[in-house]
Amino acid sequence: MKFTDVFLQTAAKILVFIILIFSVYVLFAGHHNPGGGFIGGLITSSALVLLYLAFDLQSVRNIIPFPFNRIAAAGVITSVLTGTVSMLLDLPFLFQSFTYVNLPLLGKTEIASALAFDLGVYMTVVGTTMTIITSISEDKK
Amino acid sequence: MNNWLVLPLLLPLFTAVLLIFFKERIGIQRQISLASALVNIAVAGGLVYQVQQKGIQSLFMGGWLPPYGIAFTADMLAALLVLSTAVVSTACLVYSFGSIGEERERNYFYPFFQFLLAGVSGSFLTGDIFNLFVCFEVMLMSSYALIVLGGTKQQLRETLKYILINIVSSTLFVASVAYLYAATGTLNMAHLSVRIAEAGPGGVLSVISVLFLIVFSLKAGLFLFFWLPGSYGAPPAAIGALFGALLTKVGLYAIIRTFTLLFYQETATGHSLMAWMGAATMILGAAGAVAFRDVARIMNYNVIISIGFTAFGIAAATSASLNGVVLYLLHDMVAKALMFMLGGMLVQAAGTGRITEMGGLMKKKPLLGWMFFILSLALAGVPPLSGFAGKMLIIRGGLESGLYLFTAVSLASSLIVLYSMLRIFMHAFWGEEKTSAPAMPRKQTGMTLAAGGLFCLMIVMGLGSEWLYSLVSQAGDILIQPELYIEAVLRR
Repeated sequence: MKFTDVFLQTAAKILVFIILIFSVYVLFAGHHNPGGGFIGGLITSSALVLLYLAFDLQSVRNIIPFPFNRIAAAGVITSVLTGTVSMLLDLPFLFQSFTYVNLPLLGKTEIASALAFDLGVYMTVVGTTMTIITSISEDKK
Repeated sequence: MNNWLVLPLLLPLFTAVLLIFFKERIGIQRQISLASALVNIAVAGGLVYQVQQKGIQSLFMGGWLPPYGIAFTADMLAALLVLSTAVVSTACLVYSFGSIGEERERNYFYPFFQFLLAGVSGSFLTGDIFNLFVCFEVMLMSSYALIVLGGTKQQLRETLKYILINIVSSTLFVASVAYLYAATGTLNMAHLSVRIAEAGPGGVLSVISVLFLIVFSLKAGLFLFFWLPGSYGAPPAAIGALFGALLTKVGLYAIIRTFTLLFYQETATGHSLMAWMGAATMILGAAGAVAFRDVARIMNYNVIISIGFTAFGIAAATSASLNGVVLYLLHDMVAKALMFMLGGMLVQAAGTGRITEMGGLMKKKPLLGWMFFILSLALAGVPPLSGFAGKMLIIRGGLESGLYLFTAVSLASSLIVLYSMLRIFMHAFWGEEKTSAPAMPRKQTGMTLAAGGLFCLMIVMGLGSEWLYSLVSQAGDILIQPELYIEAVLRR
């Protein structure tokens, strides 16, 4: 693209933050409301795709210099490890528990071990989606 | 509760993910995957030992008791199949070190290999019908990647067919599970069995049982095998060995599970249909094995014949035939992997896949020749070798349940197997040297080692049939008495 797309780029700069915040909200809301790792990961990916649409592959890669396939792998490891930890404590595989803690800003908050699993799902979804999109969009010679 | 059960699934899964981080470092990838495969054998061996000592083992994921949570259940059948999966896959791994090529190794061959193992072990161990579907998908997705890896024209064409047929059958699988859930309201296999027994024979449940038979026949290549000869011929020999040994067996295992645990009361529809399909598979497979002059094609049709043979054993549904099926499955996993490995080495040594263009390899490759000859006898079921005991029990079961016609067909199919394999042997190893075969570029030590290991195992399995039978009969007891399985899962 030769022309500079001012409208798209300016709008993208604002929208990306809104979408990213919403995706994190959806990720954490998953325990009691509709949402969770899968949909949160997809929304994050949609924010990244918006960046790719507004700018070119190389400049986005400069902003987000992560290898996405490794993020996906790290996500799977996170999820599997949450199941494995319970095995070390002599509980059944994938056993989960929750507790209430007082966090500085949020006050009394419920922390569930399922959140770590969801975080793994989130990373896997973001990594996989972005790997698919970036690898079909570039020519590797 | 026994967390040991999840290890055969967890170990390959963890290894696969770990290997992704070592994309460019092939040496490390090989070492990690070999170490993981060896540990996996030990884990599976431990599982067989535990099941033998303490009976059926089960693990309720997350501590949720059945029928609410996902239960992993290892009876002797599942444990033995997991063990032979671990052994066969280790041999395939060692074989692939020497034969698969750096290009494929760099593009995630070993992670896909381990994901496939995770799917296969999970399918054997799960006690939940929807979890079975998920494990099937894990296995199938890795198999799609393994078939297409390398990207030759033939592979691309065959992968397209393979994926299409598997997507259709997976959709049908989901639909069947939905019907079953609507009819019974549960997904746990033991609980399903209780509910189906309460509902009594006939009606909508027989329709669902036939639907499951169609789904698993598509996966296993029972009668609906039109996709199999092409797809299994496309990838290199190491992957072909893995597929020939494992993938169809998972489909057969699913048939055994559903028709001994879930739909065992009414044998009129499901079992008789299965007997006809088995016989048709043997006849059509035999036709293919005789007709082709291509090593890969002949071997693929031999896989099909053995699927039909196993289905006939399941359909006969006597104590003898079910024991025979288990024994035959164990033999077949080892022998089919060995067949593809030797076939791959043969094609490499001759420089061509067409048997009419080969000849006189006995002087150059005596070890390969004799291994191939003895394997042919074992596949046909000649007495001291491993194929004999299972085949004999299946034939006896067939006679006991009065399926004389089908028994005759399966006996004849053994002759065809012997004929088709010896035809390869006679063309390739006897006579004059025909082609000026190209010099072997690659080191073959890994390939010979893997094939030799499996060969020794096959001989040991044949000579130790008596000892193996004591384990197998423990598996067969549960197949003939599903109450034992239900008792172990539900009454905790």
